[in-house]
Amino acid sequence: MHPLHSLMTRRSLLAGVAVAATPLGAHAQGVGAGNQQPEITVDRARTAPIPIAIPNFTGTQLGTDMVGVITNNLSRSGLFRPVAGAPDTGDSPNFATWKAAGAQALVTGKVEGGGSNVRVEFRLYDVLPGQQIQGTAYTTTSSNWRRIAHIISDVIYERLLGEKGYFDTRIVYIAGTGPRDKRVKRLAIMDQDSENNRYLTDGNWLALTPRFHPTRDQIVFMSYQNNRPRVYTFDIGSGAQRLLGEYEGMTFAPRFAPDGNQIVMSVSRGAGSDIVTASAGGGRGRQLTNSGSIDTSPCFSPDGAQIVFNSDRGGDQQLYIMDSGGGGARRISFGRGRYATPVWFPRGDLIAFTRLNGGTFAIGVMRPDGSGERILSESFSVEGPTFAPNGRVLMFYRSSAAGAGGGGYSSRLVSIDITGFNERPVRTPTDASDPAWSPLLA
Amino acid sequence: MNIKTAALLAMLATLGACADKVADNNAATGSGGAGSGLNQGAVPGSQEDLAANVGDRVFFALDSSSLSGDAQAILNRQAEWLARYPQVSVQMGGNCDERGTTEYNLALGQRRANAARDYLVARGVSSARVSSISYGKERPVAVGSDEQAYSQNRNATTSVR
Repeated sequence: MHPLHSLMTRRSLLAGVAVAATPLGAHAQGVGAGNQQPEITVDRARTAPIPIAIPNFTGTQLGTDMVGVITNNLSRSGLFRPVAGAPDTGDSPNFATWKAAGAQALVTGKVEGGGSNVRVEFRLYDVLPGQQIQGTAYTTTSSNWRRIAHIISDVIYERLLGEKGYFDTRIVYIAGTGPRDKRVKRLAIMDQDSENNRYLTDGNWLALTPRFHPTRDQIVFMSYQNNRPRVYTFDIGSGAQRLLGEYEGMTFAPRFAPDGNQIVMSVSRGAGSDIVTASAGGGRGRQLTNSGSIDTSPCFSPDGAQIVFNSDRGGDQQLYIMDSGGGGARRISFGRGRYATPVWFPRGDLIAFTRLNGGTFAIGVMRPDGSGERILSESFSVEGPTFAPNGRVLMFYRSSAAGAGGGGYSSRLVSIDITGFNERPVRTPTDASDPAWSPLLA
Repeated sequence: MNIKTAALLAMLATLGACADKVADNNAATGSGGAGSGLNQGAVPGSQEDLAANVGDRVFFALDSSSLSGDAQAILNRQAEWLARYPQVSVQMGGNCDERGTTEYNLALGQRRANAARDYLVARGVSSARVSSISYGKERPVAVGSDEQAYSQNRNATTSVR
């Protein structure tokens, strides 16, 4: 097998044995009509959480574990409220009991088998009319049980809310340890629910700003390996780290293009830096800016046609948008303060940013024409938003001010809904910064 | 020696005294680069010698890479020191305070390192002897979150390679 084959494999195969899914029709005794039923209609803006009952799946212990993961996912989204209750004993649900308990949706499941052959059956019901909305059976290995729970969570989310979920994803971030003046920073990766955390680099060299490839199990990031600050790619499966191209100046601020074939980044030159592209394999691409100023933090639009970036060509750090071929740069940020770290909303019509104004930092969004600025979170130090693949949730990091001796300093990940509600801490074993959200794994 | 030369020498001596005064003041306030004061025991041409007897760092205003009068005075001494020890090469590291974002600060740190390096080269130091690197906001020397710490962290620091 060609050594590059492992790099080319799609995530769903690398992350575990492939998952097979088959639809389940409604039970004979139920009134359902299978998977074509319309989902419960909800208003997309702030709305009361959907009360959903997820009694333990019957069968093996894995079923209970899966329900724990699913319930945690849905409740952390802020859009669902779990309703307690024991599993029904009959063949079809006791809708009257669930309705009396206050549930609008019901999830049931069954897990059979073990080892390399586990079968997970799950069904989603609309309680009020007593109809099955979804039924699917998955077969996989038992070690893949978390992936199944996340996939089921995404199916529930999508059927009930009408938009794709984000639970079958991972977060790559920088784990920070040690005193601030001798900080160790390592590349780390975990599931979006903070499980399966592991370190990808050993901390001997400073690692910064990792981002995911759109389809492959690969990261691009910046490392101070051998005291040469440069952009590297990192293959998650093999752990192979490769220098991206050969540049005389420092390379930094890398991101993959939406098609995964290119990387856009900054290269230092003189008193500033240029935005350039390179092929994902490291071949030279094009120089996109030539202002002589600091041009950095480039991010493609989802359709690949434009790039939003950070530049001080106008005197201080502001946001600009240009064509992905490099022409037509125009400033889009005109609010009070400096603007930085722009990222493009996956559905296209928003830019998230870090704003620095006076003594405070803030995470916000604005439209690509600069209008409609809305601040989501503001404090002493917040930075670096990243979007979940459906754009519904953002993650960023918050640092606290240190006391005179450096004590009291911490840096933690935070997630927040795009509407500004449900701000929550994201658990990591150490201090954390620079989060980047993966695409959906499957 | 004619009048003109004597006057010139007197002027230079005065300027030298002023620079030392400034350096002493800076040392007193903790913001200067003359380090811990004269260290007769440091090996000549070593990092300790540079830090204690010459000054191994210069400081910058917020968001700026301009070299102040103090900074230029210290860099002048570094240039003289490098001339005295032609076998020594140095790395100029540029640093930022935490009140900025990661990637922009990598670029700003580079801008600061380059400004200090270019100044040394303009003073006659061979460019092959001065490399530059940015650490952005990743290598603070002062660990607090106050203006005193920030001003210490906005620096270009010279290290013997």
